[in-house]
Amino acid sequence: MHTKHTLRTLAALAAAGLALTACGTTGDSSDTADSGGGPACDLKIAFMGALTGPAAGLGVGAVNGAELAIDQYNDEHPDCKVTFSKNDSQSDPKQAPGVAKSIIDDAKVVGLVGPLFSGESEAADPLLNEAGLPMITASATKPTLSEQGWTFFHRILGNDETQGPEVAKVLTDVANSTKPFTISDDSPYGQFLTGAASDALGDSLVGTDKIATGQRDFESTVTKVLSSKADAVFFGGYYPEGEVLIKQLRSGGWDGTFVVPDGVKDKEYIEVAGPAGDGTLVTCPCVPGDKITEFAKAYQAKFNEEPGTYGPEAYDAANVFLDGIADGVKDRAAMNDYVNGYDKDGITKHVKFTENGESSEIPIWLYKVKGGEYVAVKQLA
Amino acid sequence: MDVQFLIDNIFTLTITGLVLGSVYALVALGYTMVYGVLQLINFAHSEVFMYGTFAATFTVMALGGTRDTSTGGAILMLLLALVAAMLVSGAIALVLERVAYRPLLRRNAPKLVVLISSIGASFVLAEIMGLRDKITKFVGLDDSLSAYVTRARNNVQFPDVVDPVRLFKIGDYNVNSIDLLILGSAILMMVGVDQFVRRSRLGRGIRAVAQDPESAALMGVNSTRVIQVTFLIGGLMAGAAAFFFVLKYTVTRYDVGFILGVKAFTAAVLGGIGNLRGALLGGLILGVAENYGSALFGTEWKDVVAFLLLVLILLFRPTGLLGEALGKSRA
Repeated sequence: MHTKHTLRTLAALAAAGLALTACGTTGDSSDTADSGGGPACDLKIAFMGALTGPAAGLGVGAVNGAELAIDQYNDEHPDCKVTFSKNDSQSDPKQAPGVAKSIIDDAKVVGLVGPLFSGESEAADPLLNEAGLPMITASATKPTLSEQGWTFFHRILGNDETQGPEVAKVLTDVANSTKPFTISDDSPYGQFLTGAASDALGDSLVGTDKIATGQRDFESTVTKVLSSKADAVFFGGYYPEGEVLIKQLRSGGWDGTFVVPDGVKDKEYIEVAGPAGDGTLVTCPCVPGDKITEFAKAYQAKFNEEPGTYGPEAYDAANVFLDGIADGVKDRAAMNDYVNGYDKDGITKHVKFTENGESSEIPIWLYKVKGGEYVAVKQLA
Repeated sequence: MDVQFLIDNIFTLTITGLVLGSVYALVALGYTMVYGVLQLINFAHSEVFMYGTFAATFTVMALGGTRDTSTGGAILMLLLALVAAMLVSGAIALVLERVAYRPLLRRNAPKLVVLISSIGASFVLAEIMGLRDKITKFVGLDDSLSAYVTRARNNVQFPDVVDPVRLFKIGDYNVNSIDLLILGSAILMMVGVDQFVRRSRLGRGIRAVAQDPESAALMGVNSTRVIQVTFLIGGLMAGAAAFFFVLKYTVTRYDVGFILGVKAFTAAVLGGIGNLRGALLGGLILGVAENYGSALFGTEWKDVVAFLLLVLILLFRPTGLLGEALGKSRA
């Protein structure tokens, strides 16, 4: 009696189960039938970088540039908008893997603009690559990032292998330095770039030093610079340390030329360094945002300020993904193929990626701090 | 090892080391006094210092100090900043004592629990400063206070109201007015506190509680009052140190207390925890040793040198250089 009862129930359940599966499939195909052919309409593009914290100044330009691109796309496609997912890692390598995980777990994200810094990229990119999420960084310049075999990694600006020798050239040709001194911080970005610059300078280098992130007392470094009689100093690092370092160098009586890279190029540097920062030379694989009039106007109208560092690069990066979505790309693998084959003009350069994700075109610009702002001097490369 | 560099620049390194060491010494005072009286390491003392730096900075900002301020006006602003820093730091120290420590001490909580409370208090205080933009937004004040709270986790600039005046040379180094001010004031303040603890009635009370809290209570010493005064003095000194710090380094940030607190605590232990003069000595020695270390081995080794020194001294003299504790110092 039990067995008959159980058999009947099992049979009923099996039939119900089959029916449900059938319903399920019809449901799915009807969904795809609706959106097949046109762009998918619930996709997201993510940003990862410092939105708060000491490095946030550099994150603002990038996240705004990307947001501008996405808003412009959404204005043109009001029925099929793309959502922008902003993720704050404070550009801290310790927080980066956790933030990366939450981006990966969001299945709607098909592309990532970022991570912002090289240090956090080293920590998070292995996870992002393994998850198959296409990334285009608009700011992380450490060369080794493209040498790890990460097929999902792309970089839309020049890396420090190019910037390093250009820095050396700026010291010798623009600053006319015969006794250059280099100072590095302890970040992966600063160490690599300063090393590359020091190597390119060779024997003319009169001294090197290394400082720690968060350090505020640079007396011994100042003493070293003064006693080496250096006439130019290159500081490879970020603006929170750079702005204090130059003040102490100046008040210690040093009046040579101060050269810094894109990690220092933030308006806080100008504010805090004050007169000590006047005349600082800045190298950057970023193009001057105010020179690209259309972009600058749109940026100013939306954010009520001038384009920040990496703004134009992030704009281009976001547009690569947006073009992919408009073209019908729906998932991460297809997006990566799309990015790999991308070959179009962006606002910063002609956007095309090499086999290991580097940009084919690498403009490097020289800026100078003058009259309280960064003035573009010339294109170095 | 760059010995030649050290010898060539010995005066510069020594004097700048003494100046930084004075800041360490003033902050170390707070650690050492609280330890002497309560056998408690007040980890939140570093945040007491940090709030002082912000008080000084915000005061000068509020008074509209800029590079173009007249010298007389600048000196007045700086005096007010010093007073503000000392008052704010003192107040935070008192609040700390009341909120984070007294409830636990009253219940005879194990010292470890009180220690954990101090670590927690340190984080809370630091994060409040780091989140000040969110807090003022919550209260709706973020627009009017925007100059003080934007970019809450970034460096905050202390307005350049004075240019250090180069006074005279010792060896190769131009001693400037700010250096002398810091060094001189720090020594004066330390001497002041030392005399207060030795001669005044409250000072005797402090020493009594440090020596033996129960007997002190039996002799009529109000231990609550004594503890409050101890925290207050530590706070006032940290406030002064905070003022000198922003004067010299011209920037502050919500996390500036952390490393400085560790160094100051190291200085206190180096000189003998619980010993006031030890705090002064320890601070000055640490400041100079750091500089010598970075000259010999490179700036990146600065902290390593400082802590190695501590380890070495404790190996051979576990109670620190001057050894004796607060309660046992001679009258």
